[in-house]
Amino acid sequence: MGKTRRLMYLATATSALALAAAACGAPDDEGEGRGEVPDAAQDCANYEDYGSFDGETVTIFGSIRDTEADEMEEAWSFFEECTGITIEYEGSGEFEADMKVRVDGGNAPDIALFPQPGLMANYADSLVPASDEVTALATEGWSQDWLDYGTIDGTFYASPNSGNAKSFIWYSPAFFSDNGYEIPTTWDDLIALSDQIAADGVKPWCAGFESGGATGWPGTDWIEDIVLREDTDLYDQWVEHEIPFNDPQIVAAIEKAGEVVTNDEYMFNGVDTISSTPFQEAGYPILDNECAMYRMASFYGAMWPADTTVAEDGDVFAFRFPESDEADNTMLVGGEFVAAYSDSEATEATRQFLASELYHNARLQTGPWSTAHQGVDPSNATTPINELATEILTDPDVTVRFDGSDLMPGEVGASSFWTGVIQWVDGSKNAQEIADDIENSWPQ
Amino acid sequence: MSVKTEPRPESAPRSAIGESRGERLRRLFSSRIASAFAVVIAVLWTIPTAGLFISSLRPEDDIRTSGWWNVFTDPSFTLDTYNYVLYSTSAGGGLIRNLINTVVITIPGVIVPVVFAAMAAYALSWIDFKGRNLLYIAVFALQVVPIQMALIPLLSFFSKGLAIGDMTIMPAWELHGVNTIVQVWIAHSIFGLPLAIFLLHNFMRELPGDVMEAARIDGASHSQIFRKVVLPLVTPALASIGIFQFLWVWNDFLVGRTFGGGEATRPLTAVLGDMAGTWGFGWTRLPAAAFIAIIVPLLVFLLLQRYFVRGLLAGSVKG
Repeated sequence: MGKTRRLMYLATATSALALAAAACGAPDDEGEGRGEVPDAAQDCANYEDYGSFDGETVTIFGSIRDTEADEMEEAWSFFEECTGITIEYEGSGEFEADMKVRVDGGNAPDIALFPQPGLMANYADSLVPASDEVTALATEGWSQDWLDYGTIDGTFYASPNSGNAKSFIWYSPAFFSDNGYEIPTTWDDLIALSDQIAADGVKPWCAGFESGGATGWPGTDWIEDIVLREDTDLYDQWVEHEIPFNDPQIVAAIEKAGEVVTNDEYMFNGVDTISSTPFQEAGYPILDNECAMYRMASFYGAMWPADTTVAEDGDVFAFRFPESDEADNTMLVGGEFVAAYSDSEATEATRQFLASELYHNARLQTGPWSTAHQGVDPSNATTPINELATEILTDPDVTVRFDGSDLMPGEVGASSFWTGVIQWVDGSKNAQEIADDIENSWPQ
Repeated sequence: MSVKTEPRPESAPRSAIGESRGERLRRLFSSRIASAFAVVIAVLWTIPTAGLFISSLRPEDDIRTSGWWNVFTDPSFTLDTYNYVLYSTSAGGGLIRNLINTVVITIPGVIVPVVFAAMAAYALSWIDFKGRNLLYIAVFALQVVPIQMALIPLLSFFSKGLAIGDMTIMPAWELHGVNTIVQVWIAHSIFGLPLAIFLLHNFMRELPGDVMEAARIDGASHSQIFRKVVLPLVTPALASIGIFQFLWVWNDFLVGRTFGGGEATRPLTAVLGDMAGTWGFGWTRLPAAAFIAIIVPLLVFLLLQRYFVRGLLAGSVKG
């Protein structure tokens, strides 16, 4: 007994010491590109229209976590202060599963930030449609393409929150200018450039599709980018399943993506490493000029190592995914939609605020973020890449389409499409075979 | 660990057969080859944990760019990750809050079911009442119900109440924020009870009936017998059930996440997976966070391991 007790004291003392040692000096949280809430959004006069709700609480549930969640909460902090509403935000990595349990168990949050419009449509029965005010704000703020994704069966339910521009290719500006490479504007230029870089002895492409339980999604974006640029109508039909997944045009698009993705001449470290390379780090070889290009969304700007300058004249930057037809102007996007399960007045006020120019401008300045809200000034974005993304997203001439795998049913978009892509890059199945498999997995 | 080699007595009582079987096992397991084998297994199985521990002490950039084994050629250590993970005010850190939540969830989540199970087990084994066996079988059968099946109905019971037709039997609980921790306690208790009752019942059933009879003749009531006779005798069983329940509650992810009310009550485990951030970029924090999460159960296990064996044997080996 004595020995055990001594051991226990020792263990307790050690852990206490370790905790205390770790506590020396609170950690400072400087994220790159963190900013301040703009003055206009700090002034309570701008919040008077929302009314006053003392002691009321609105719960918001979403998939946004970590620093991004901090920056988001900062952006609405003055709304809370001025209206008296307390917003309790909770971010979850298991958003889809948690959402189902909560709604079925009668414990739905007041507001949910859905990253997938397809998933949101499953809950149409329990959602509260947008009020006239929210609809008016949204119509003013977003282009029709965006509003359509917040609409279920003709009823407008949810205004968009953030907007991510996904059709980007990251590169090193210095490497390009040193070698006299031009930024390609068409697919043919892109292939020509890839050949040129390969001929110069550098692998033109990096890729990594590993993402834990969601491994494969970066590959679906590749294919979506190609399909979207073949034909926007084809893209819509494909996503809506008006044509089968193994339609010859889709198979051709997968094969076209394969000209880069499954080309061992192009791929840094070889095609067989793609499925095991984490997408978060897959672009790093660009910094060492070991590969030239990496296709990844605008949010990748926050994932470079700490001392990297992400700017047009910096270490890395991104250009838009080239069009197949030069006359097109398309962008693959992602984002969240603000849907409500409660019709309380405080919830309504919060929804109006989240759809407002005031919020979007404030959020744009509290940290790296991009939005498709027409009322914001892109130059307010805190980083060059988000400025570029916001510029493109708010440009009415750009045709935007939401990430297809987020619109397809979960069995496909979050399952068989991912596995298909992995089998495809691993070489165990070809484009036709994975398209057939995915088509068979589509729920009837 | 001395190996006894005395011959078995000719007409051994029943218990001696069990013992000699144990002796043989002991001899087999303490041979040199077996020991070497055990050491190899132990080392192999500890490598990932050791790697995790080393990773948790490395600087972020090192974790990102090279494996933990590089620490032997290029050692560099820091407590920064622990510092960030525990005390950062950002949503991606501040585990100290969740650590406290876990402790607050765990203490009643262990005491309540163990206390109730002890009382129920006593009643089921020593108080004669009608339908006792039926009740015991029902409790025993409840272990078959998987927790996942009960999640949504139970959550709906808390958040919507219970109504048959228009008649409200039980109104909604209307708990919010930090108060929802009550739901977590209840959920843990009811999910832990069937097994605890079953194990304790088997243990109490084995107590000599003469003792109870003697106590009753002396005029002791059931509550006195329970407190003064039974409880002291079953303390080891209580301890082992307490430890099991503790580990189960501490490591629980699903119950805390489902029944808790957001940030205010989230246990450690529920936050662990989300720490990596929206795009999984902050995964370098996970080793430190995971180590914080396992350190307490590890200590409990190391300090109280002899109760584990008893707990495993309780109710399974008779005679």
